[in-house]
Amino acid sequence: MSIDKQDVQKIAHLARLALSEDDAEQYQQSLSSVLSLVEQMQSVDTDGVEPLSNPLESTQRLRDDVVTEENRRDDFLANAPLSEAGLFLVPKVID
Amino acid sequence: MFQQNIATLAQQLRNKEISSVELTQHFLQRISQFDENLNSFITVSESQALEQAKAADAILSQGKGNNLTGIPIAHKDLFCTQGTLTTCGSKMLNNFIPPYESTVTQRLAQAGTVTLGKTNMDEFAMGSSNENSFYGAVKNPWNLDTVPGGSSGGSAAAVAAGLAIAATGTDTGGSIRQPASFCGITGLKPTYGRVSRFGMIAYASSLDQAGPMAKSAEDCAHMLQAMAGFDQNDSTCSETATDDYISNLNSPLSGLKIGLPKEYFGDGLDSNVAKIIMDAVKEFEKLGATVKEISLPNLQLSIPAYYVIAPSEASSNLSRFDGVRFGHRCENPKDLMDMYTRSRAEGFGTEVQKRIMVGTYALSEGYYDAYYLKAQRIRRLIKQDFVSALEEVDVIMGPVAPTTAFELGSKTSDPVAMYLEDIYTLSVNLAGIPAMSVPAGFSEKMPVGLQIMGNYFSEAKLLNIAHQYQQVTDWHTQTPNMAKGA
Repeated sequence: MSIDKQDVQKIAHLARLALSEDDAEQYQQSLSSVLSLVEQMQSVDTDGVEPLSNPLESTQRLRDDVVTEENRRDDFLANAPLSEAGLFLVPKVID
Repeated sequence: MFQQNIATLAQQLRNKEISSVELTQHFLQRISQFDENLNSFITVSESQALEQAKAADAILSQGKGNNLTGIPIAHKDLFCTQGTLTTCGSKMLNNFIPPYESTVTQRLAQAGTVTLGKTNMDEFAMGSSNENSFYGAVKNPWNLDTVPGGSSGGSAAAVAAGLAIAATGTDTGGSIRQPASFCGITGLKPTYGRVSRFGMIAYASSLDQAGPMAKSAEDCAHMLQAMAGFDQNDSTCSETATDDYISNLNSPLSGLKIGLPKEYFGDGLDSNVAKIIMDAVKEFEKLGATVKEISLPNLQLSIPAYYVIAPSEASSNLSRFDGVRFGHRCENPKDLMDMYTRSRAEGFGTEVQKRIMVGTYALSEGYYDAYYLKAQRIRRLIKQDFVSALEEVDVIMGPVAPTTAFELGSKTSDPVAMYLEDIYTLSVNLAGIPAMSVPAGFSEKMPVGLQIMGNYFSEAKLLNIAHQYQQVTDWHTQTPNMAKGA
């Protein structure tokens, strides 16, 4: 299983990773190696086998829909690269 | 002092033969003396550690406290520690000060432990050699030219070199057991859901599990007793009651049924490692165990299944690093997309980007069934192999890794060479069962770990088995030459 450089750039876009041409070339090789490695799965007969997503097969525990956390806005903003007036700042989205 | 076990130190602390401040100073001194060569710590919290030690001494002087009160330990830099830098081995988080505390570190602090610092690791726990850390590779204290294993390589090297009594680790595909094996210490990956994942920076959420790393099984039991148990902050944490891990240590092993999977002893296993594992099995026979060959037929498939499931979950988990709320942000982004893509490309290392892309591909439209769902079906086959085997035997034994620690840089050029080394550990995480690495000997002066795998929630049994072995062997008490003295 191998993928081309265009595939790599498409995957990188979906993953929100900026790749240079050189990066894309390297990842083309390493991703192809990994995809070849996992390709051996396709030869296994798994008809009728249910997918296993949680090893204990437990279901999601629910809790009452009540507020449990206090407001700690300033603590959380302390790690933000840019903030102002209690808000996270990002580059302009709408002109 | 660094060679003592937790029970002995706890006794000395209670009897006022030593204070926690003295003990903590001793370890801080050892870190400053030896860690320049090892690079096992990312952050050393000297002043905070001494304050915690003083507080522990105050509790002990009132005749209160428990076996962990005043004991200096270290935490893998993947556990969020409120107010203390938590990097996960990544440039992405090189300025991240968590506003909250993980359940594991909180419970260990509650028990009175002293935190010496945060240990080095493969970036976002992705790696088997600790060479993927933004903060530099960790060296194996038994031979500084070799790797300590990964991803909990810093924790393993620190404990092996006597820079901490014990440490926390996490294990998604072998990240506690393989470094424990390479560094000659004892490590336990508990059952999935035994220990809370709250405040652990997520890699692959259906596989991640925290556990203790220490010299002996007995010390691991003390650590696990504080770490394990239900936590409402982790929706996958089990409500199954914990056992008394310490009082179970001394049960006799007569009648124990050990299974040796033939797939663990085939091609690729180093012959010295194989001999050491078989010698360890003979010790168990002397202790009254019986041995039989078993089969885990789908073992080989654990590599492809793991390297689809773990990257898929990682690609989803690591989408939170977007340069908006925390972590690295690129300089002068021209728009939102530019900020996302450059912040992530600059903040993540090569292996992390590789796994994010593998996962993104496996989950993308048109490929989901062929990759992710297929891997989850194979995951069930692997689980069924263990379930059937554990109906015949009480525990399964084998090697942790095919070889001893390899040389730094020797497996970094081939993108999948390192993945193949995980063959004996991955299936345990896919099935969700507990497993340990226990020092079982040396091959050409490098440690070899015996893996002991058990049924769901059998941690007390595994610790008991390892402890009984450690009563008749001394592999776990050896100290590497570089760390002797002081």
